[in-house]
Amino acid sequence: AMAEQKFRVRARALVCVFVCVVMCGCGRDDFQEELVIRPLHSGDIYTSFQFRTLWETDFTRENKVSHYRLFPKSLGQVISKFSVRELHISFTQGYWRTMQWGQPYLPSPPGAELWVWFQDSLTDVDGTWKELTNVLSGIFCASLNFIDSTNTVQPSASFKPLGIGNVTDHRFLRYATLPREIVCTENLTPWKKLLPCGSKAGLAVLLKSEKLFHSSFHSQAVHIRPVCKDDQCKTTSWELRQTLNVVFDLHNSGQGKNEWSLFKMFSRTLTEACPVASSSKIYIDITDNSQGEQFELSPATPLLSQAVVLGDRRTFSVYDLTQQITFGTMRSLNLLIRGKSSDMLRPLLHAERYVAGYGLQTGEIHTLMYNNHPYRSFPVLLLDSVPWYLRLYIHTLTVTSKGKDNKPSYIHYQPSKDRVRPHLLEMLVQLPPNSVTEVTLQFERALLKWTEYTPDPNHGFYVGSSVISSLVPSIVAMDTNNSRERPLFSSFFPSKEESSYFVRVYTEPLLVNLPTPDFSMPYNVICLTCTVVAVGYGSLYNLLTRSFQIEEPSPGLAKRIANIIRKMRGVPPL
Amino acid sequence: MAAPLTLLLLVAVTVRAALFRSSLSELISERVEVVSPLTAWKRVIEGLALLDLGVSPYSGDVFHETPLTIYLFHFLVDYAEVTFMVSVAGSSVFSDYLFRKQKFALEADRYPLDCLELIRSPKEMYYIPLKVAMFYLLNPFTILSCVAKSTCGLNNAIIALFILSTIKGNVLLSAIFLSLATYQSIYPLTLSALLTSVPLSCLINLCVTQWICVFLFWWFIVQYAFMYLGSLFVIICLSFFLLGSWDYLPSVYGFILSVPDLTPNIGLFWYFFAEMFEHFRLFFLCVFQINVFFYTIPLSIKLKEHPVFLIFMQLAVISIFKSYPTVGDISLYMAFLPVWSHLHRFLRNIFLVSCVLLACSALFPVLWHLWIYAGSANSNFYYAITLLFNVAQILLVSDYFYAFLRREHHLTYGLYLKRKDGSEATLVLK
Repeated sequence: AMAEQKFRVRARALVCVFVCVVMCGCGRDDFQEELVIRPLHSGDIYTSFQFRTLWETDFTRENKVSHYRLFPKSLGQVISKFSVRELHISFTQGYWRTMQWGQPYLPSPPGAELWVWFQDSLTDVDGTWKELTNVLSGIFCASLNFIDSTNTVQPSASFKPLGIGNVTDHRFLRYATLPREIVCTENLTPWKKLLPCGSKAGLAVLLKSEKLFHSSFHSQAVHIRPVCKDDQCKTTSWELRQTLNVVFDLHNSGQGKNEWSLFKMFSRTLTEACPVASSSKIYIDITDNSQGEQFELSPATPLLSQAVVLGDRRTFSVYDLTQQITFGTMRSLNLLIRGKSSDMLRPLLHAERYVAGYGLQTGEIHTLMYNNHPYRSFPVLLLDSVPWYLRLYIHTLTVTSKGKDNKPSYIHYQPSKDRVRPHLLEMLVQLPPNSVTEVTLQFERALLKWTEYTPDPNHGFYVGSSVISSLVPSIVAMDTNNSRERPLFSSFFPSKEESSYFVRVYTEPLLVNLPTPDFSMPYNVICLTCTVVAVGYGSLYNLLTRSFQIEEPSPGLAKRIANIIRKMRGVPPL
Repeated sequence: MAAPLTLLLLVAVTVRAALFRSSLSELISERVEVVSPLTAWKRVIEGLALLDLGVSPYSGDVFHETPLTIYLFHFLVDYAEVTFMVSVAGSSVFSDYLFRKQKFALEADRYPLDCLELIRSPKEMYYIPLKVAMFYLLNPFTILSCVAKSTCGLNNAIIALFILSTIKGNVLLSAIFLSLATYQSIYPLTLSALLTSVPLSCLINLCVTQWICVFLFWWFIVQYAFMYLGSLFVIICLSFFLLGSWDYLPSVYGFILSVPDLTPNIGLFWYFFAEMFEHFRLFFLCVFQINVFFYTIPLSIKLKEHPVFLIFMQLAVISIFKSYPTVGDISLYMAFLPVWSHLHRFLRNIFLVSCVLLACSALFPVLWHLWIYAGSANSNFYYAITLLFNVAQILLVSDYFYAFLRREHHLTYGLYLKRKDGSEATLVLK
C-alpha cells in the first residue's frame, strides 16, 4: 500500500508538471479555492466555499477560442456565443436570516436568480436572453426555461456591473428571478463539474449532497465577469467565481452539541489540495475568540490573517492546504471547533416584507427597512418586481419613517402589461439613523384564464424578493486597492471608497392567493352563457319577425280527419 | 313643474352628498358591480399619478380612459364629486326637458273608436318628465354609481344630451354628442341607426313626390354621416395631439373589443372568457361583440316610426350585452320606463322580472362576499346570479317590446277583437 501510494503521488506530480509545461507555453489560467467557516452565536455554523478561475483570453480578437484549460468549456462557449459581459446566477434553498446570522459574504434570494449584462455590440437582446436562459437551464439542470418576458425586468439602477467596463446602458441588462425554484442534487452535480478538479480533489471533496441539503440554508452560485489583470488594467481576463454558502443548524445537523468538525458537517475530511490550484486555504473567523475563551480550534495553526470584510476588521486562523504539514501525520485534516461564538454585532441594514389585507380582491405589500446605525443615515435603492396579475396602484405608494412621510428622491416605475411584462419599481430612499422605514403599496388581484393557473392553484403565486442595495457606512476603513492579494471572500464587491461598503439585502418572497374559477366547468359555462345570449336573440327575433294574428282554435283530431276526407270527396268542411 | 323638479334635485343631491361623506363611499367605489376596469375612479387617479411620474398612462394595463377624460380630470380632480353630481343632475334635467317637449299627436280620428282608452290623456303625460327624472335620480343604481365616482355617469350625461338634441332636431349637436359618446365607448355607434327613423318623421311633410323624398332622405343621411365622422375624426386627432402618441387606441378600444381583463362584473363576458378553450377564444369574442351590433338594423327597420322606443331598445341591448357593464348603464335605460307606463296592461312578466331583479341585486354582494372573503362559495355562485340577472333584464326588455308592438296592433285594428264566430279573440305572434 505504501508503495502504491508513493507511485500514485509521483504519477500525479508528473501529470501536474506536464500540464504546467503545456500551460506555460500558451498563457496561464489561475485557480484558487478557499473555505471560510464562521461560527454563529446561535450555535449554527456558516461555511462559504469560493472557487475562482481566471481565464486569460481576449474575445475582442475575432478568432474562435477552442482551447480550454481550467475554465469550463460549457461556460466559455456560453460567453462567446451570447455576447455576455457579466453573468450572475444563483440557486438558493432557504432564506438568509440577517438578524440571527449577520450579513452573508454573498447574498442571494430564495429560488433561482439570474442577471446578465450583455455586450453593447449585441442587437437583439431579448432573443439572446431567451436562448441564454434555455442553454443555462440545460447546463445547470434547472427549470430556467420558465424565465420569459413575464418575469424579466431591466433595472435602471440596482444592478450595476460588478466587473470592469463602462457600459451602463440598462437596455443591455436583464434580471429575472424564479422564487419557486427548488435546489437539489441535480443542480449540485453539474455545478461541481464546472470545477477544474471536479469533486475529486481539493475543497470540493467536501461537497456531498446528503449533508449539504440537510441544512438551514444552501446557496450555490456562479459569477462570471471581466477583471483587470494588473494595476494599470491594460488587459482583462475573465473571472469565474463559484460560491457555495451553507448554514448548518445546531439541532438538525449538530445534534444539539456545540461541537463542529469537518467530518460532522460534510461527512468527509480533507486529504489534499487541488493540484492545479495556486492557492487553497481554509479561514476560520476567530475575531471574537482572541484568547481562546469562546471556542477552541484543533488542530492549532500558527497562521493568522486579518481582512476587512463587511465593514469590519476580522481575524482569521488560516490553514494552507498546499503545505503538506497542514495534514499532519494522518494525511487528513479534520478541523474541530468546540464551543460557541459570542454575540455578533447587529447588522446595519436589514429588511422584511409581508402582504397585508384580507380576501381575494385586494391587498397591500409592506416592506420594512431597518437602519440600525446609531447616528448615520444612508440611502438605499429598493427594487421591486411584481408579476402582472397583482395590479399595483402607484398612487397608493407611501413611504414613512418614524411616523413621518419620507419622499423618495428617485422613482423609476414601469407599469406592467397584462401577460407581457411585470411591474418594475425602483426607488431611492434615505433611511434616517436608528429607524424603521415602511413602504406600502396597494394591489388588486386579477382573475386569470383557467389555463394560466398552475396545477396547484390554491398553493398561491410567488412574488420574487425585493432587492435592497446600499452603500452602508463602515466602521473601519475599507481597502480600495483592488489588485492586492486578498482573500476571495473579501474581494467580491469592489470598494470604491474607504468609508462605506456595498451591501445587498433580499427580502422574503411573498405567497399570494388569487381568486380561481371552477376548473371543472368550461363546457358548462360556455353552454349556459350561450343559452342566455340565445334567449335574448330568440325573444328579439320573435318580436321582430312575427306579427300579431287572431288565433283560430284548431279543431280536434277527429274533426281534422273528417275535414281531410271531406276535402277529398269535394264536400265543404265542417 | 319647476318646483317639484327642484325639490327632487335637492333630495337627490342631499342623498349623494351624505353618502359621499360617509365611510360607505370607499366600500361602494370598490364594488365590482358598480365599477368596471373601464370606469373605475381608482384607475383615473392612477392614470393621473402615472402622468405626474412622467410615464405614459397607456404604457401599463391599468388605465383605459380616453385622453380627453384624463385632461378633464386633470383640472377637475379636486371637484370630482361635484362633477359627477352635476352630470347626473344634468342628465335628469335634459331628459325632463326632452319629454316635456315631445309632441304626442292626438289624432283621434286615425284610430278605431274603441281605442280611446289606449291613447294617453294630456294629464297623464304631464307627469311623465318628473317621473323620468325621479326614476333616474332616485334609482339606487344611479346613486351607487355616482357615489363610486364611476365615469359611467359622464357617459350617461353625454348620451342624454345626444337624445335631447336629436329629438329637438339639431343635427350638428346631435352628431357631435354621438361622436363623443362613441369616442368614450364604441357601443353608442349603434345609436346612429336613429338617423334612419328621425328624418322620416321630420321630412314627411316636405315630400312632394317620391323621388324628392328619397333624395332628401339620402341627402340627410350623407350630411349626418359627414358631420358625425368629421367630429369623430377631430376628436381622435385631438387626443393624439394631447398625449403625442397613438398608444391610447389599443388601450381603450382594443381593450373594449378584445376583453383581456377578466375582472368579475354583472355581465356575461368575464366568466365565459375565463373558462374558454384557447382555440375558440377569438371566434366567441367576435360572436359576442357582433351580438351587440346585430340588432341595430332589424330594430331600426321595425321601429322606424318610433324613434324614442328605438333609442330605449338600443340602449337596453348595449347595456346588457356590452363587454364591461355596470349598474350605471342599466339605470340609464331604466329611466325610460315611466315613458311607457301606459303599456302596463299588456306586460306579461313584469312581476316575475321585478322580483328576480330585486333578488339578484340583493344576492350580488352576498355571494361576492362568500366567494372572495369567506371562501365558502366559489365563482360559480356569483356567475349564476349574473346569468339570472341578465335573463331578467332580457325578459324585461322583450316584455316592453311585446307590449309596445301589441298596443300598436290594437291602435290599428281596434282594442276588443272578435273572432269569426263572435267570441273574444286571443292574439298570438305568428
